[in-house]
Amino acid sequence: MGYQLIEEITVGAGGAASIEFTGIPQDGVDLVLKLAMRTNRAANTDSVKIQINNNTGSIYTHLRLQGNGSSVLTGSYTGTESYVIVNGNNDTANTFGNADFLISNYTSSNDKSATSDAVNENNATLAYQDLKAHLFADTNPVSSVQLAPSGGTLFLQYSTASLYMITAD
Amino acid sequence: MTDTPVKIVVDLSKPKGERESIIPLTDEEIAERDAQAVIAEAERVEQEAIEAQKAADAQAGRDALVALGLTEAQINALLGA
Repeated sequence: MGYQLIEEITVGAGGAASIEFTGIPQDGVDLVLKLAMRTNRAANTDSVKIQINNNTGSIYTHLRLQGNGSSVLTGSYTGTESYVIVNGNNDTANTFGNADFLISNYTSSNDKSATSDAVNENNATLAYQDLKAHLFADTNPVSSVQLAPSGGTLFLQYSTASLYMITAD
Repeated sequence: MTDTPVKIVVDLSKPKGERESIIPLTDEEIAERDAQAVIAEAERVEQEAIEAQKAADAQAGRDALVALGLTEAQINALLGA
């Protein structure tokens, strides 16, 4: 089994409103997106919206287990994009939220299942940990992934998005 | 003058070093992005309020069980905590 870095993107000065990976190689088994991100949302925490194949339909569902430093929350979601938690601009300065997003069997002709785990870095009681089990009702192979801030409008400088491929050999 | 926001498009079908394009957003994209951010923020605030109320209700229920004389161990066993 191989774990191969396809590409890593670092946001430059001025920020970026979105990041899109296109032309994803189709010779892997699973796809892994690793994020270290901070947005310009004036709050503690923000989320990264994730879509695949430019699919803007209401095909994204997930089950959520989340902690915030004081309590545990659970929930479910169905909508037009999926989410992972990252840092907002009120979180501790110069820190970034980290998220791993795994899409299993991304080249298959079945609906896509995925898992994510994410943490919001903040030197305070309020800091989120977030586990999700996702399902995308899209039977096309994943050839592109779209990322955008949810509450903010920009990914801030030094945010990174790395795309990995897990191969059979 | 405010810089025009940009999007990063990474075409992985191209060779390394030629993949990344920095593209300014159009006025339509900027307006759509800003509108979506407002909606997302409102939904998030609403969801946070719902979850905060659920947490408060759960704690109030637990406190009511304590007032009835149940021990913490009994409450945890009852609630599966």
